[in-house]
Amino acid sequence: MAENNELVRVENLYKHFPVQSGFLASLLHRGEVPAVKAVDGVSFSIQKGDVFGLAGESGSGKSTIGRLVLRLLEPTSGRVLFDGTDLGGLTAEEMRRLRARMQVIFQDPLASLNPRMTIGEAIGHPAQIHLTDQAAERRQLVLDILDKVGLNPPQQYYDKYPHQVSGGQRQRVAIARALVTVPELIVADEPIAMADVSVRALLLDLMMQLKQEFDLTYLFITHDLATAKYICNRIGILYLGRMCEIGPLTDVYEHPAHPYTLALLRAVPVPDPLHRRSTPMPAGEIPSAIHPPSGCRFHPRCPIARPNCAVEEPQPREIRPGHFSACHYAEDLLK
Amino acid sequence: MSEDILYSIQNLDVEYRTRSGPVKAVDHVSLDIRRGEILGLVGESGCGKSTLGKALMRLQSGPARITGGVLQFDGHDLMTYSDRQMQHVRGAEIGMVFQDPMTSLNPVQRILDHLTETIQTHEPTVSKAAARSRAEELVERLGIRRERLNEYPHQLSGGMRQRVMISLALALRAKLIIADEPTTSLDVIVEAKFLDLLKELQKEFGLTILLITHNIGVVAEAADRVAVMYAAKMAEVGDVREVFAAPKHPYTQGLLKSVPDITLNGAELYKMKGAPPNLLHPLTGCRFHPRCPHVMDICRESEPAFEPVEGDHLASCWLYQEHAHG
Repeated sequence: MAENNELVRVENLYKHFPVQSGFLASLLHRGEVPAVKAVDGVSFSIQKGDVFGLAGESGSGKSTIGRLVLRLLEPTSGRVLFDGTDLGGLTAEEMRRLRARMQVIFQDPLASLNPRMTIGEAIGHPAQIHLTDQAAERRQLVLDILDKVGLNPPQQYYDKYPHQVSGGQRQRVAIARALVTVPELIVADEPIAMADVSVRALLLDLMMQLKQEFDLTYLFITHDLATAKYICNRIGILYLGRMCEIGPLTDVYEHPAHPYTLALLRAVPVPDPLHRRSTPMPAGEIPSAIHPPSGCRFHPRCPIARPNCAVEEPQPREIRPGHFSACHYAEDLLK
Repeated sequence: MSEDILYSIQNLDVEYRTRSGPVKAVDHVSLDIRRGEILGLVGESGCGKSTLGKALMRLQSGPARITGGVLQFDGHDLMTYSDRQMQHVRGAEIGMVFQDPMTSLNPVQRILDHLTETIQTHEPTVSKAAARSRAEELVERLGIRRERLNEYPHQLSGGMRQRVMISLALALRAKLIIADEPTTSLDVIVEAKFLDLLKELQKEFGLTILLITHNIGVVAEAADRVAVMYAAKMAEVGDVREVFAAPKHPYTQGLLKSVPDITLNGAELYKMKGAPPNLLHPLTGCRFHPRCPHVMDICRESEPAFEPVEGDHLASCWLYQEHAHG
C-alpha cells in the first residue's frame, strides 16, 4: 500500500572500484583484484515528498550511492528502481529521457557550472535537451526559474557568467538548472557545504520552499548531522559502505540504536560554550574500505562490542516502528 | 597589566595587490592574544582571518604585504626583525598548523626526520639520539605509537597527520600555535578528539593557541575567548561565554542565530540577508550596514570605532557609541 508512494528503491546495492595496481602486482595476485568496497550491500527506499538524508563520514560511500541512484555510475550488483522502473533494464535512450525527472546539485557550483557558459545558457541547456528547441520559449523558461530561485531581476543574471556572481548566487544557479526540467527527485550532494555560514540558512530555506512549490523529493547527502536535522524527515547513517541505521529523523536522533550513530551525533560541535560532550569518542579512525573489518565493520572502534561482533555480520532489524539498526546489541543502547 | 598578553597586534593593515587595484584584506585590526588561552578567530571566507594569521608570523607571500601596524610578540617588536630573525621566530616561537597537513609535510620524508630535523635546526646542540627520544615521547603523548615515526606522511590518517603538525610545534616548545582551520578536513569524530587534545595540551604545556576557523561550533567547544572578523575588520572580541550569551555586534548576533544546533528541537535558522561586501570597493561607514537590521544614518556615513562595550568585551558598532556622539 505504501509502496505506491515509493519514488526510489535501492536493493542490495554494491559498488566496488578495482584498485589500480602495477603489472607486477597483478601477476602476483592473479585472480583476485583488490577493490575499494565503496558501497557494500545497501538497501533503502525514498517515499514521494521525503527529504531523505544520507549521512556519514568521508569514505562512507554516501556520494557513490547518490551517483548510483542517478545512474551516473553502474552498480557492481544490485538494483535501483525509480518510480517502479528498474534503471538497470533501460536503454541509453530511455535513461536519457528519464533523466529529466531526476536531477542533481553538487557541492561546488564553480566546478559544476561551465565557466564559458552564461547563466542563461547553463540553465537553458537541460531545457533544450528535454523540453524545447524554441529559443524564445527556452529563454522564458529560464527567466521564470531564475525568478523562482530568488535571482531577481532575472534579466540581470541571464547574460552573466558564473564567476561574476557570488558563491551563494552560483549555488542558486545550480539549483535553477536542476529545476528547469521540473524533476521529481533531486539528489543534493552537500549542496551548502561550500557556502558561507550566513548564506547557508537562505539556501536551505530556498530548497524547502521549492520542494513545496514543485512537489520535490530530495536525497540529501551530507556529513553534517546538525544541518540534516533542520530539513530531513528520514535519515540513513552509513559506515564503510553499509547502512548502520535508518529511520525517521527524530526517532534516530532521540533514540539512536547504533553505537556509531550515537558517536556521530555526540561528536557534532554545538554552538554553545556551556555544552559539554558526555559520550566518549570511539577509538581510531575509519578503516580502509579495501579490507573492511570482519563481522560488524564498526566493531574495532565500538565501545559496546562483544566477541561475536567480530564474527557475525549484523543485519538491519526493525527496532522501533520504521526504525532499523544493524547492531547486535541495539536494545542495550535504547535502555 | 600587559604581563599576561603574549601577542599584541595594533592597527594592523595587510594589503593585496591585485590587477583591479589594492585590496585591504586586514584593515586596522587590533587584537590581544593572552598567555595560555585558546583564542578563536572566526569569520566567513574572505573576511581576512587567514591573512591575519599569516601576518602574525610575517608570512606574506606574493601580492600580500603588511602596510602598517605594530606586532608586539612576547615583548619584541616583530616589525623590526630581519628575515633571519623571523625564521627563528617561526617554528621556535610560533608554531603553525594548517588545514591540509599534507601540504605542510614533506611527502618523501619520514615523520621521524621531520621532527628531528626541526629540533636540530633550531637547537643545533641537541644530538640525533636526544632529538629522536624527544620526538618519540612527544608523539606518544599525542596518541601516535612510536613505531609510526618510521612511516611517511601518506601512510598516516588525516587526524594523525594533524597531530604530527602539533608535535612539530611542541617539539620546539613554541609559545604560540596558530592553527588555521585545523579540523576542517577532518571527520567529525576525529575533529572532536583533536579539539579535546588541544584543550589538554593547553593545560599541560600552558600553550597559547590562536584557533582560526569558520566553524562556530568548534569555537564554542574549544575557545576561551572569541574574535569575530567581518570584511577585513574586527567586529567583536570577548569571553566566549559572554559573546555567545549576549553578542553585541549585529553581525555576530545574526551569525550565531544562523548556525544549526543539533541540540535544539523545532528551531528555525536565522536568515541573514545579503552577502559579505566586495573588498575592492569598501563601503563607507560600517561595512555591515547594508545587511544590518539596526542600521542608522550614522552607520552609512562613518565607521564605528572598535571599543569596549562592557569590560573586556569589545565591539565596533554605533549602537554602543551613541553617548560619545550624541
